[in-house]
Order: sequence, then C-alpha cells, then structure tokens
Amino acid sequence: MATELAALSWNLVGDFEQLTAYPFMVQALEAGAIVAAMAGAIGWFMVLRRQVFAGHTLSVIAFPGAAGATLAGLPIALGYFGACGLGALALSLVSRAGEGQLSSESAAIGTVQAFGLGLGFLFVSLYGGQLSGLQSLLFGTFLGITAGQVQTLLWIAVAALAILIVLGRPLLFASVDGAVARAAGVPTRWLALAFLLLLGMAVAATAEITGALLVFALLVTPAATAQRLTARPGRGLALSVLIALAVTWLGLAIAYFSPYPVGFWVTSLSFGLYVAVRALAGGGGKA
Amino acid sequence: MLAHEFMRNAYLAGTFVALACGLAGYFVVLRGQVFAGDALGHVAFTGALAAAAAGVDVRLGLFVATVAVAAGMGALGDRARPDDVVIGSVFAWVLGLGALFLAIFVSGASGSDGTAAVRVLFGSILGLSAADARLAALIAIFAAILVLAIARPLLFSSLDPEVARGLGLPVRALGLGFFLILALVAAEATQAVGALLLLGLLAAPAGAARLLSDSPWRGLALAAALAVGSMWAGLALSYSVPALPAGTAVIGVASAVFALATIRAWARERARPAPWRSLGSEGR
Repeated sequence: MATELAALSWNLVGDFEQLTAYPFMVQALEAGAIVAAMAGAIGWFMVLRRQVFAGHTLSVIAFPGAAGATLAGLPIALGYFGACGLGALALSLVSRAGEGQLSSESAAIGTVQAFGLGLGFLFVSLYGGQLSGLQSLLFGTFLGITAGQVQTLLWIAVAALAILIVLGRPLLFASVDGAVARAAGVPTRWLALAFLLLLGMAVAATAEITGALLVFALLVTPAATAQRLTARPGRGLALSVLIALAVTWLGLAIAYFSPYPVGFWVTSLSFGLYVAVRALAGGGGKA
Repeated sequence: MLAHEFMRNAYLAGTFVALACGLAGYFVVLRGQVFAGDALGHVAFTGALAAAAAGVDVRLGLFVATVAVAAGMGALGDRARPDDVVIGSVFAWVLGLGALFLAIFVSGASGSDGTAAVRVLFGSILGLSAADARLAALIAIFAAILVLAIARPLLFSSLDPEVARGLGLPVRALGLGFFLILALVAAEATQAVGALLLLGLLAAPAGAARLLSDSPWRGLALAAALAVGSMWAGLALSYSVPALPAGTAVIGVASAVFALATIRAWARERARPAPWRSLGSEGR
C-alpha cells in the first residue's frame, strides 16, 4: 500500500478542498467508492473462480445493451442490466453445454462476446453514428454522474453485496473445490449461475459509470493483486476492495489535475501496483 | 455485386484474412487461448490509436503493439501459455492506455472526430483501396503459411505437451512462436474486421470445427473453410442489406454457424451413452 501513501502526500490540503469544491467531483468520488467496493468484492470471487474471460465478456456485452437502449429510446440503465442479465444466462448455458471441454467453452464465450459486439456496432450505425456517444459508452463518463445515479448505484451495490454475503460461504467452497462441494451437497450449478448473474449486475452498474471497456480494470486487477498478497479469503476480500477504492479515488484525483482521462489513471495505478506486488512477492503467490 | 471495385477489394482481403484467422483460430481454441486472442485484438486497438495520436501510419502501430504485447504476455506467463489472470491484468491496463490515446487523438490538432477510432474498433473492409487489399491479402497469406509450417509440431505439443517435450520438441518456443504469429494475424485482421470483431473470426469457426470433427487435420481445414465461408456470406449479406454493417454481418454468420454446430453436438450427446462421451472428451 506504499503507493497510496506516497501519492496522498502530494495532495496538499488546498488541493483536497479544490477537489471537493464541485458537486460533480464529490458525486464522482462517491460513485467511485461504491463501484470500487462492489467490483473489488465480486472481482475477488471472479479471479478465484478463474472466470476472467467471462467477466470481460459480460463487461463488453454491456455496450450493445446501452447502444440498443439508446436506439430504442429506453433508459440506458435498462439496456445495461438487460444485456448483462441476458449475457450471464447465455454464458451459463454455453458453459453447461461444453462441460468437461475447456477449449470449446472458451470458444463459446468468445463467440457470445463477438456476437454482442457485432450487435452493438449495428445499433450504433443504425443510430446514425453518434461518435462521442460511442466513446462514452466504451470508456465512460465518470465526471457526468448525477446525485440520483449515485443513490441508485448505492442501492444496487448494497443488494449485490448482501447477496454475496449470503452466497459467500458455499460459493467459496464451490470455487475452491467444485468436486468436493458437489459431493457435499452444495448446488454448484445454481451457484455458478447465481454468481454469473451477480457479476452481470455488478458489471452493468459499473459500466454505466466507467464505460464498458474499463469495468474490467476494477474487477480483475485489484483482485489479482490481493490474491498475490494473501490466500486468506476474508483478508483477500478486504484488501481487494481497499485497493480498488484507493486506485479509483487516486485516479479520479489525478485525472482532475491532469488533462488525461480517469480510465487511464485508474488502470495504470492498479496495473503498476500489480506489477510491483508481483515483483516484490516473487513467484510464491497464487494468482 | 462483384462489379463494384470496393466489393472486389473486400472479397480479396476478406478471403485471406478469414483464412489466416480460421487456421490460427483452430490452434487458439485447441490450446484454450481464446482470451489471449481477445486481449490481442484490444491491444491492436490501442496500438492503432497510439499511432494515430502520434501521427504515424496506423498499420505500424498495429503490428508493433500486438507483437510487443504478445512477446510480453508470453514472457510473463508460465510455459509460454499465459494465465488468464495475468492476461486480464495486462489487458485492463492496455484498455486504459487506449482510453488515453483516444483522448489525445480526439482532442489533438488533427481535428478528427474519432472516425478513425470507430474504423479501428469495427473495421472498414468495404473502404479498402486496391493496394490496401492486396497488401492485406499478402500479409494474411504469409501468416497462414507460417501457421501451416509449424502446424504439425504445434498440434502435437498442444495436444500432449509432456510427450512432445519428451520427444525433444521445443514446446515453449513453439508456444511463443505461435503467439507471435497470432499477433500478426490479429494486427492484420483488425484492419479488415476491426479489433472488436476479430475475436469472432478466431473463435466461432474454430469452435464450430472442434465440435464437428475430432480429427485435428480435418478440423483445421474445416475451421479455415468455415471462416472463409462466413466472410463470403457476411459480405454478400451486408451488400444486399445496406443497413447491416459488414463486420456485424460476418460475425453474425460465424456465430450462427457456431450455434448450429453446438446444437448438433448436443443432439449427438443425447443420442450417445454418457460415460463414453465423457471419456472421449477428456482426451486433451
């Protein structure tokens, strides 16, 4: 966590006051905190279950959802949640079909993703090529968040984390050793479906703010760093959330004082931390 | 349809790009590296945007970025078959870099409105000039020949790495070499179908071929044939339905083929006694 301390000491009190002087910035920080908590926790399970590809596919599928909703004149949030829900169902269907055949499962996930993107492109071109819109769908509008959105986001995050707490113990069991869990009577298939839906929900909520392409950065990198540092679930989850929160806030703060986008800073900070931890911890870790 | 020059160019480039994607894609699916292929597509996007932001030829950015990242991912992962979590972490950062270059490019002095970004993301196969199409076809043929040249040892080392190593095959070097060829194919295909749709051409025909045939050589040929077929049908479809972008049409056809193959595999699995099936599929 050295990065966090070092960077904070650059921020003088005056800078901090300046940072929180505008409501849009406060809302961005609030939304960032909520999103980071949700993505950090759910991402930890995603990395543990080695469903990184599925997670990326879900986050990419958010894009056609949003583009389709824009085209149909529906609220964009509906598009995000609809597409991610459908995507989670489709993924659980194809992974069930290819059970025992790892390679054809990943081909199926890839096909689902490519098809979703193709649809998204169709929607965008039917809409008449609103290019700035496309860019914000893919890369997010972190600084354009309203107070209402923050409120909605908070409820979604509370619901998602509550479900995760309920599912946590059996899900951990099923993720670490699927065969033993199944033998012990844990419904692993239903858990897998429930987790994919939960992941879809988290992705949809996050994508609204970070854009479809950058959700992934908050899901995978903090969790991978945390799993490098500790193998213990409780500590790992807390660490993952903490790292996600730190990089999001720092990224927002740096982006505020620099001409470059938030997404770049958030991904660079989290990747830098990951590389540093890998280098320091050596090859002994898990992820 | 072929009376139009842009359609002739699209067919020329598309055929060979699809051929290279089908061949490389078969190994991608066989080796379980679809996610890596996906990542390379996005790397291609970032590379192209970086080149565009720097005012260099986009093609240069594409090739340099994909080959460099492929080498890096190969080096970071174990046994030149990088782990999904490593790929994911590199990948997330590359996407962030893409956001940076997009911001620089859009706000840059070039005064562009981001059309180039859309072209990179979703391809512009119907906008290729005759020279571009010829060059694309040549590079794609080169990549296809490279894949075929290492096909036999690569097949062996993908199906059974331990035995292959025991027989003295350079398994690690083969894996890394294949990754570099994949990078070449990814950079090449990005120009035709776009960074985001490349994955469809890699995964869908090859996945379908794996489901349709257990024999590796027949599967390889089938993957190439299905990829080229999807390209042809997709281009024709998008020509007859003007509202349908070429990329979407090609991926749509390829996905439909994959869906049909999956349904066929399901139906066969139902018909066959279960234990035999699971024994057969554990072969790798």
